Amino acid sequence: MLKSITVSLLLGFMSWASPLLQADVGSYEFAEPEMAQRFVDLTTVLRCPKCQNQNLADSDSIIAKDLRGQLQMLIKTGQTDRQITDFMVQRYGEFILYDPPFNKGTLVLWLAPFGMVLLGLWALWFFGRKTTGQGAMLTPKEQQQIEQLLADNQTQHRDLKND
Amino acid sequence: MTHTAKRLLMVSPMVMAFALGLFLYQGIGQDPNNTESSLIGQTLPEFSGQTLDSPSRNVSQADMLGQPALVNVWATWCPTCRAEHEFLNTIAQQDNVRIFGVNYHDQKDAAQQWLQDLGNPYVFSVFDPNGALGIELGVVGAPETYLIDAQGVVLDKLTGELNERTWPQLRSQYLSLLEAKN
Repeated sequence: MLKSITVSLLLGFMSWASPLLQADVGSYEFAEPEMAQRFVDLTTVLRCPKCQNQNLADSDSIIAKDLRGQLQMLIKTGQTDRQITDFMVQRYGEFILYDPPFNKGTLVLWLAPFGMVLLGLWALWFFGRKTTGQGAMLTPKEQQQIEQLLADNQTQHRDLKND
Repeated sequence: MTHTAKRLLMVSPMVMAFALGLFLYQGIGQDPNNTESSLIGQTLPEFSGQTLDSPSRNVSQADMLGQPALVNVWATWCPTCRAEHEFLNTIAQQDNVRIFGVNYHDQKDAAQQWLQDLGNPYVFSVFDPNGALGIELGVVGAPETYLIDAQGVVLDKLTGELNERTWPQLRSQYLSLLEAKN
């Protein structure tokens, strides 16, 4: 019950919020459609420094608005995508890139997924092994001992019952 | 497969999983807002702007050089700035700390009134109504405080409130800068 209420509330918020959030991006005007497309692309891959889990297109924070304005200006003055991302990284660090480059700081970030796949493969192998190794094999003598023990047990059991 | 190779195959993934766990564990509780400023180690960006109190007075980064100082980004709409303001007054008056203000995304009359009411700890405040200087500094939001040396090189940055708890870290660096200078 509670769960369904939560879900419908969330869905409600989402349908209400998303057109609103995207609305602002369309209001930046460019002379050429190619520039407008680059603006859309760049606001998608650049992260809002303030809000952590939103890109520049999504966020309504002051800094995101400023950076959208800056981005519009940089595109209009003919800067390449590379120059623009360099400009942003210089001021806000690689944090601002949603697609961070591979270097010392992001080593774990990039390699951990492969490590986890390896771990998973290992777990499959480790837990899927057949346990009929040497340990489970008995020498004829041991086999004999076991049979003896079982037989003794049965005799004992029968004796107890008869008492 | 030899015995040692087999043992290695069994043990190394456990070590790997453990190391990964440790790495992720030490991330718990870290403040994601505390990303290191990319300005650290670099000289203040060049800028030119009006001061808050006089539109005819133009200042640039050169006016902040000569002595170690703090550059404090503030605004009247920012509650944390109000919370730290009295502390800024205190260190400016009692410890003679040089503080420059960057009045960020604000209204001039409101900001002037604020300094009249609450006191003015700043040598001057640069009026930055559209956040242009903020972008050059890599400001994410107010308040932020930069420590610069006499040459304008940024040595440290504090995101959030400057108070008795957060000041000591900047203070020790500030004092050693003063000592090195004398």
